[in-house]
Amino acid sequence: MDSKQIRSYFPILDQEVNGHPLVYLDSAATSQKPIQVIETLESYYKEYNSNVHRGVHTLGTKATDAYEGAREKVRKFISANSIEEIVFTRGTTTALNTVAQSYAMEQVKEGDEIVISPMEHHSNIIPWQQVAKKTGATLKYLPLQEDGTISLADVEKTVTSQTKLVAVTYVSNVLGVINPIKEIAAIAHKNAAVMVVDAAQGAPHIKIDVQDLDCDFLAFSGHKMCGPTGIGVLYGKKHLLENMEPIEFGGEMIDFVGLYESTWKELPWKFEAGTPIIAGAIGLGAAIDFLEEIGLDNITEHEHKLAAYAMEKMSTVKGLSIYGPKDAKNRAGVITFNIEDVHPHDVATVLDAEGIAVRAGHHCAQPLMKWLNVSATARASFYLYNSEEDIDKLVSGIVKTKEYFSDVF
Amino acid sequence: MSFNNLDSLYRSVIMDHYKNPRNKGVLEGSLTVNMNNPTCGDRILLTMQVEDGVVVDTKFDGEGCSISMSSASMMTQAIKGKSVDEALELSKTFSDMIQGKDYSDDMDLGDIEALQGVNKFPARIKCATLAWKAMEKGMKEGLDS
Repeated sequence: MDSKQIRSYFPILDQEVNGHPLVYLDSAATSQKPIQVIETLESYYKEYNSNVHRGVHTLGTKATDAYEGAREKVRKFISANSIEEIVFTRGTTTALNTVAQSYAMEQVKEGDEIVISPMEHHSNIIPWQQVAKKTGATLKYLPLQEDGTISLADVEKTVTSQTKLVAVTYVSNVLGVINPIKEIAAIAHKNAAVMVVDAAQGAPHIKIDVQDLDCDFLAFSGHKMCGPTGIGVLYGKKHLLENMEPIEFGGEMIDFVGLYESTWKELPWKFEAGTPIIAGAIGLGAAIDFLEEIGLDNITEHEHKLAAYAMEKMSTVKGLSIYGPKDAKNRAGVITFNIEDVHPHDVATVLDAEGIAVRAGHHCAQPLMKWLNVSATARASFYLYNSEEDIDKLVSGIVKTKEYFSDVF
Repeated sequence: MSFNNLDSLYRSVIMDHYKNPRNKGVLEGSLTVNMNNPTCGDRILLTMQVEDGVVVDTKFDGEGCSISMSSASMMTQAIKGKSVDEALELSKTFSDMIQGKDYSDDMDLGDIEALQGVNKFPARIKCATLAWKAMEKGMKEGLDS
């Protein structure tokens, strides 16, 4: 994979920040957008902006075709059975909340269990806390191994016949851990529980096949995979979505509206009330085309290589702690670290002065920070446009940060 | 190594307060305020002993970056012995300074002036104001009750 050529598709990367060429290492927060996606959005707004599923005029038809065409691209991208299983949402958070509100609030009863892990993003914790509080169900956490991974033996022990729902992230946004989703789903199903997957950090980096994983629901966001912000996807098995009530009501999602009663459109539109996220969906379709042309497997391999290279280089820096599995094989391109005696905010400020963008803070994973026994960390995350050169700059930036703080004391 | 811009942020007096915080600890049984910066995880526990409208003593505890912790250290040092009104006025001056606005020179800022450089780092302003916000909240709640 030619990361230099790929980089040239991303106009934003060709700039200086604080007098240095930008090194963007915050793709786990949001990815940059290739020119192909930017131009697709531009052409939608310049040439055929129109509302969808209504009216008979030419632009309306063109917009509807592009919007529904994007749904088909998403279906193929995750190997879903039919477009009825692909609901466009505002993002992963909305998708997970839809499962919580529409499915779990109805199906989970007092005394039931919901099982999640301590490595979840807040968006895959709080919806289940709310369901547990309102239904009287118990929220249980899978234990983590010392390196932050989940053992299947622990899943077997934690998931019981009382468990109605298991919700786990595909890839941790902090530890970079890739979880054995297929195996966890099998254990959930053995106990007649549904499996919910937060794929926000998975879909951009790993080829997803929802039928092979056999997950019941899966959620991801467009903006972390080269697409626009404000668009995401909820995948759900048809028989589950069919029996779920919408949580938003209004235009677009109705079949027939009377004075006192209304009926809903068929799947997936009954979950898409209001004018949908037309430009966002079309932009996501263009992002999928872009990623598929490069090949998800090539992207995965590229990131594994970068992670391995970064782990090797960073482990030579004294006083640097890296969280998560030591073996790069079990990791996505996310490296979370701390420098001894330097707070991560200060690390991020000094790196920014060198043009290097990293994230500092709790990464919307406060329970995991507690588990790691830290208040905050710094995080570098890689994507298809990053290269070993970026990592060299990061490592030299880290060394400079250490020197800078030992100088000023 | 050229970090001229950074040097205006990380002044030695700031690093001194970070490494050797003044008034670190908890005053049991006094006015207590907990405050977090939810976007980054910084947190402060500020305790203030206010008698006859004067801050007789104050201590802080918590965790955070060099800017938030040094600012807390300087703030406790500055408000000790001041009246509640003076402490709030100082907070207003500090807030103006940190946002790069013109600020009043009625009060001697002392060490606090070292934090002026933060105004060139918008992402760090919230770090610097955490302790001051906690103080204002405590005064307001203390005066209400």
